[in-house]
Amino acid sequence: MEFILEPWPWYVSGPCIALVLLVLTLLGKKFGMSSNLRTACAVMGAGKKVKFFDFNWQADKWNLIVVLGAFIGGYIGHNHLSSSKGVDLNPETVVDLNNLGFTDAGKYYMPTELFDYDVFFDFKTMALLIIGGFLVGFGTRYAGGCTSGHAISGLSNLQLPSLIAVIGFFIGGLSMIHLIFPLIF
Amino acid sequence: MRSLIYLIVGIFFGIVLVKSEAASWFRIYEMFKFQAFHMYGIIGSAVGLGIVFIQLIKRSEVKSFFGESINIKDKEKSVKRYLIGGSLFGLGWALAGACPGPMYVLLGAGYLPIGVVILSAITGTYIYGLLKDKLPH
Repeated sequence: MEFILEPWPWYVSGPCIALVLLVLTLLGKKFGMSSNLRTACAVMGAGKKVKFFDFNWQADKWNLIVVLGAFIGGYIGHNHLSSSKGVDLNPETVVDLNNLGFTDAGKYYMPTELFDYDVFFDFKTMALLIIGGFLVGFGTRYAGGCTSGHAISGLSNLQLPSLIAVIGFFIGGLSMIHLIFPLIF
Repeated sequence: MRSLIYLIVGIFFGIVLVKSEAASWFRIYEMFKFQAFHMYGIIGSAVGLGIVFIQLIKRSEVKSFFGESINIKDKEKSVKRYLIGGSLFGLGWALAGACPGPMYVLLGAGYLPIGVVILSAITGTYIYGLLKDKLPH
């Protein structure tokens, strides 16, 4: 039990994610979380105006149930299966983050500067979360998948397009952290 | 019954994302700084095993649990959409520190501001759908 409450090492976590891919594939489905964003648009009636959302979303209900599960799993994992809320980062990462103004880097699961409740009243942080979310939603559909759909499912199926997408993920991610972070934090 | 299976898969996935710390904004930052092997180990071992699983399924022509045949589609060929879309996604992933799976996990974990990211991601997907035919693919 003690082991479960500690953070899980990569060699436990990675195979667990592969297991999710295996089970969903054997259920005749595909492992791709970002499809839910499109389904959400369709559920809210976007199909009436935009053809891209005019599809039988009822057939994708299973994916929304997986999302509901992930939500519940997040609650259980964080509140009942974790003895500490900190993240054991490389000390260099902590120094880099401290220099950017993230004073409690690694002490909690998420940076308080971005995810504490008072950010709702902070214009700049709200703007950053809105821009970040928008880029994730727009980019993932443009690329036809996200970390699960391309980096895990696509690469597992040896798809060249997925490798190109993952290279794109890194071009974007590296630019954000190395070029843009010093300007905005 | 089927819904219950999907729910259990989702719960397991959510717990894994929390416990692996792959849902932590800090781990994503550390990954893009190349300062830890952790995230690369997770994705690498998942893909390594995934390749074995997918190849076995493809070669054995095994049926799904529900008796249907399993067909794993190839991604459509292109470079532009994957490179441009992927780069935009990467910018957002590093900034918000969450991709579409971890978002819901973090909301469940109680980080309410991630709700803003989720709503904004849905909006981003909607705008993509609106502009789809005008964008290079």
